[in-house]
Amino acid sequence: MKPAPFTYHAPASVDEAVALLARWGPQDGRVLAGGQSLVATMAFRVARPAHLIDINGIGELAHITIKDGVLSIGACVRHAAFERNSVPGPTGALLRKVVRNIAHYPIRTRGTFCGSVAHADPASEWCCVMAGLDGVVVLRSSRGVRRLRAEEFFQGVMATALEEDELVVAAELPLLADGTRTGFQEFSRRKGDFAIAMALVCYRLENGMMIEPRVAIGGAEAQARRIPQAEQALRGRAPGADVFAQVGAAAAAAIDPLEDINNTAAYRRSLVRALVERALESAQ
Amino acid sequence: MTERRAITLSVNGKDYPVAVEPRRTLVDVIRDDCGLTGTHIGCEHGVCGSCTVLLDDEPVRACLMFAVQAEGRRIRTVEGLQQGDELHPLQQAFMRHHALQCGFCTPGFLMLAVGALEKRPDLDDEELVEMLSANLCRCTGYENIVKAVRAAATEMKARA
Repeated sequence: MKPAPFTYHAPASVDEAVALLARWGPQDGRVLAGGQSLVATMAFRVARPAHLIDINGIGELAHITIKDGVLSIGACVRHAAFERNSVPGPTGALLRKVVRNIAHYPIRTRGTFCGSVAHADPASEWCCVMAGLDGVVVLRSSRGVRRLRAEEFFQGVMATALEEDELVVAAELPLLADGTRTGFQEFSRRKGDFAIAMALVCYRLENGMMIEPRVAIGGAEAQARRIPQAEQALRGRAPGADVFAQVGAAAAAAIDPLEDINNTAAYRRSLVRALVERALESAQ
Repeated sequence: MTERRAITLSVNGKDYPVAVEPRRTLVDVIRDDCGLTGTHIGCEHGVCGSCTVLLDDEPVRACLMFAVQAEGRRIRTVEGLQQGDELHPLQQAFMRHHALQCGFCTPGFLMLAVGALEKRPDLDDEELVEMLSANLCRCTGYENIVKAVRAAATEMKARA
């Protein structure tokens, strides 16, 4: 189908965008970034926003910067930016592993990191990265700036703490320490389709033992999150198949899986167990 | 609300002044207002890739952006591939390797692969298949498309 009519706004600055959002956000106004989810839902007329505030022309939102150990990703940074060596170190290596799982190349050239975070689809890879690395979402409105940790920002299936007059201006990721090994695995029935479950793991080796463990699960629950029970099963142990299997089992036992017509809770648990193991085996 | 905006689209190096409602997608305007019907519309929600065009040399789904967003950008469609009487090496390879049957998906595949190969002429086999997984073809089973793109990659590298 064709999208329903709307009024189009194309601000040239963040100040202008938040002024427009203050005015039109409460009157069914929406932000248009990459549009790879929003425009599709508008084509189905599931979404019929009265106003679209297109932020693609705001040059100040296209930045990827690193300052004081924090990677800042502006709201107009496309997924494809992470296919190049745009971020150094283990964080960059992880982002390059993750981005290959996101939809398809022509979607990655348009869709944005922050748009995916704002949309908060449980199957979003970037939401899993935000949860796993303890990312921060930076929100601007005419009322000021808010900075929310991923666990505060995500509030369920496509639900977030974002107010209707707020714009996600950036996502921030604390950089992983040098030497951190990272792994990411997901499963979907077709290449590029929404993941049924995904696992992100990080750890560092000290005297042959795994320290600073991170195990995050996405796609399987209403929102991506770190799984403390799995991290506990990994901490202080030497890497090996038995330990990896135990960590997978701990993650599978700890989650509260989504169910849908194709995927039972038991199936998602089984997937999570396998994906955590595979992510740990592939971590480097 | 349905007010039209006067914009100019640059398609295949030619300017098209058009007046469009903001809700019109890029692919609709390319076809209906610019009269370039080589770009096809399949699913209209970003799944099939039939409407793939190049936007500043990057392949994009033309059904997932609005025409008003493409003002000032360089759009390339399948009509721009041929140089004079000579088909683009990828078009020739599609013919030679029988990479199309009904032809509906072909313009999208051509633009996808041209965009990818211009940037990365040295795509390995795995990357090439990953790239082509973006678009749907219901006739060929993909094997001949993969063969054609591989052959065109060699040809394009030799010419570069």
